[in-house]
Amino acid sequence: MTEGVDLNQLRTLRTLRFGLILAALAVFFTALVGVTPANAATASVGTTFHSEDTVAEITVGGTVKNDGKGVEGVKLHVTGPGFDETATTDADGKWSLVVPTKAKYTVAIDLKSLPKGVGLRDPNVTERIADVSVTEKAAVLFPLGKDQRVVQSFSDQLIIRIFAGVNLGLLLAVASIGISLIFGTTGLSNFAHGEMLTFGALVGWLSAVVFGLPLIVAGLISVLATASLGWLQNRVVWRPLRNRRTGVNQMMIVSIGLGIVIRYLLLLAFDGNTKVLSGEYEAVVLGPINTTVTSLWSMILAAVTLIGVALFLTRTRLGKATRAVSDNAPLAAATGIDVERIITIVWVVAGALTGMAGLLYGLQFQASWLTGAQILLLLFAAVTLGGLGTSLGAAVGAMIIGLVVELSSIVLPVDLKYAAALIILILVLLFRPQGVLGKKQRIG
Amino acid sequence: MDWLQIFNLTIGTLIDPITMAYILCAVGLSVHFGFTGLLNFGQAAFAAVGAYGMAIGVLTLKLPLLGAMGFGLLCVVMFALVLGIPTLRLRADYLAIVTIAAAEVFRYLMSTVGLSEVTGGSNGLSQFGYEFFTWNPIPQGTYVLGTLQFSANDLWLRIFAISLVIISATLVWLMMRSPWGRVLKGIREDEDAVRSLGKNVFSYKLQSLIIGGLFAGIGGQVFILAMSNVQPSAWVTNFTFTIWTVLLLGGAATIRGPIAGGLVFFVLLILTNEILAGLLNIGLLPFLTLPQIGQIRFVLIGLALMLLVIFRPQGMFGNKKEMRFNG
Repeated sequence: MTEGVDLNQLRTLRTLRFGLILAALAVFFTALVGVTPANAATASVGTTFHSEDTVAEITVGGTVKNDGKGVEGVKLHVTGPGFDETATTDADGKWSLVVPTKAKYTVAIDLKSLPKGVGLRDPNVTERIADVSVTEKAAVLFPLGKDQRVVQSFSDQLIIRIFAGVNLGLLLAVASIGISLIFGTTGLSNFAHGEMLTFGALVGWLSAVVFGLPLIVAGLISVLATASLGWLQNRVVWRPLRNRRTGVNQMMIVSIGLGIVIRYLLLLAFDGNTKVLSGEYEAVVLGPINTTVTSLWSMILAAVTLIGVALFLTRTRLGKATRAVSDNAPLAAATGIDVERIITIVWVVAGALTGMAGLLYGLQFQASWLTGAQILLLLFAAVTLGGLGTSLGAAVGAMIIGLVVELSSIVLPVDLKYAAALIILILVLLFRPQGVLGKKQRIG
Repeated sequence: MDWLQIFNLTIGTLIDPITMAYILCAVGLSVHFGFTGLLNFGQAAFAAVGAYGMAIGVLTLKLPLLGAMGFGLLCVVMFALVLGIPTLRLRADYLAIVTIAAAEVFRYLMSTVGLSEVTGGSNGLSQFGYEFFTWNPIPQGTYVLGTLQFSANDLWLRIFAISLVIISATLVWLMMRSPWGRVLKGIREDEDAVRSLGKNVFSYKLQSLIIGGLFAGIGGQVFILAMSNVQPSAWVTNFTFTIWTVLLLGGAATIRGPIAGGLVFFVLLILTNEILAGLLNIGLLPFLTLPQIGQIRFVLIGLALMLLVIFRPQGMFGNKKEMRFNG
């Protein structure tokens, strides 16, 4: 709207420059068409940006047989570094999947897809490793036999899914409170948040598995490391940007760039293989639920942390100050609260919480350089569902998302469970953009 | 370092159909973001819908290729309507989250086993492009351009892609100098002002979303014709953010921004790759391996995106006054 007198001049100039570019392209184009045929055979130019993907096809596959005959329609779920796909056997019981990188992949057989009365010969082994870290092909076999499983009743299945949902929800809650606090105090939708979670998990793996430290020490190290990462990125990136009065949408795109940078630096530092954090895998049976000591401890720890954060925010001076900044930063500043100090504390706390979530996630579900990026949208879904900027709302939202993800697999195929959570996110934004606990005035 | 090879790769990149596909997507994004101010983080989905629409049109619906391309674009329009009607009333950063979520949902749907009869599941689809090369008017043979050699089909694909880029840029140029385009720019600058002039802001935003989406859909179709397959893993969020980097590099609110941005971006990518590989070969980077050099490129893409948005949001050619993030 500030364009003034020289508008016409400017426009002519632009038209001229555009014309020049078109002309240059046209010349190039005619040069291309006018080239002469020749018959010499040399290497032609391939697609350059994607060349790394097309070197040689790396495949994982196998045959599912029962009594020497192939079984059709059996589903196999293959996961690995940055890879999560499902294959189905054909009429001969054969299946194969093209995988992106040379690594070790986990192949899980979907017991529900087996024909009636047929089960695994060894019912305890539903997962096998396909190692294509050296070779281009790996075969995985699941010998079948008479079904020895006890069929689960619907109510048992429901209880199992709810347990898994609460477990996932608690993890998401711990991680998403950080996003929510940061959004509340600075207005930033932090797309680099997933990388803090990955960082926590990988530092935990480094301390516990590579350096062989006790798990508690490793946990402390990874929480400290991610808290430092939070402090550092606020100091180096976000505080200078706030001082420049950069807009929130601009900062959001900066966070995307930062996320990509950290993600690929982690890939360079830790390689692409999935890391197995060794926990206490001793089985615990609670009614229909089969779980491990690690999972139970993780749930308790997450729940205690959430209660701690809730008490901190509602009972302490610092917590109240944080909520004041979240509500109205200029007003908070006017009452004598040091807003920048609060924001620094928020980044450190967010880092610590997210790092802990990453470690717990890694202990239960393993971790790779892509772990954080893969669940980032679930975290956003949790935060939005609870109401952007309301930190405890994020915890409620996370529990709902956790339950939706796990319960959806009763009716939906397993490979759509994340999609179900994202559809919930979209629906919430459409019908109740302030979220479950949010106030309407926040959405502007 | 083999400078001749680097020169060849550079020239090859400048006319590569994949480069052109990214440029087409960036042209679409310039309509969305540069001219209308819509924060669309799901451009990968628009490209994917166009691409899958075409592939499914050929393979499942048995349409001729031209009809299938049209079907793909029809799917894009439907997708834009489904996405746009509910979300364009939302605040800008909410739109960003909804579009990125919708893009991921679409990708999950394309890779789920239940739909693999039609979508090919995670292995994707191929063998939909035969008819494209029957359109090839160029006589068979090997063609030499400087030091590069192309088959007739390679050449045809490149001519097709480059023509589409030129046509798209011209169309956007014509649209943006029309009264219609001025309304879009007005929405970007001040939505309420435009509303007070009696314009239906929502309808203009929806039109912008559809038109920008169509360019991305065409880009997706060029992409899969060049790759000769369509797989769900190609349309990850990194695809979208590469397009953002391309657009912001050139200048979001300009016609030549996406084109110049795309060419410069991919040439820089090639150069850094080759230079790093060269340094590696003569032993100057002892801690790295060859695949890691490919990973460093993504670090550089992320860094470029950050630095551009912070220090030069208008890109190489843009006008700073025309750069609004609605923030």
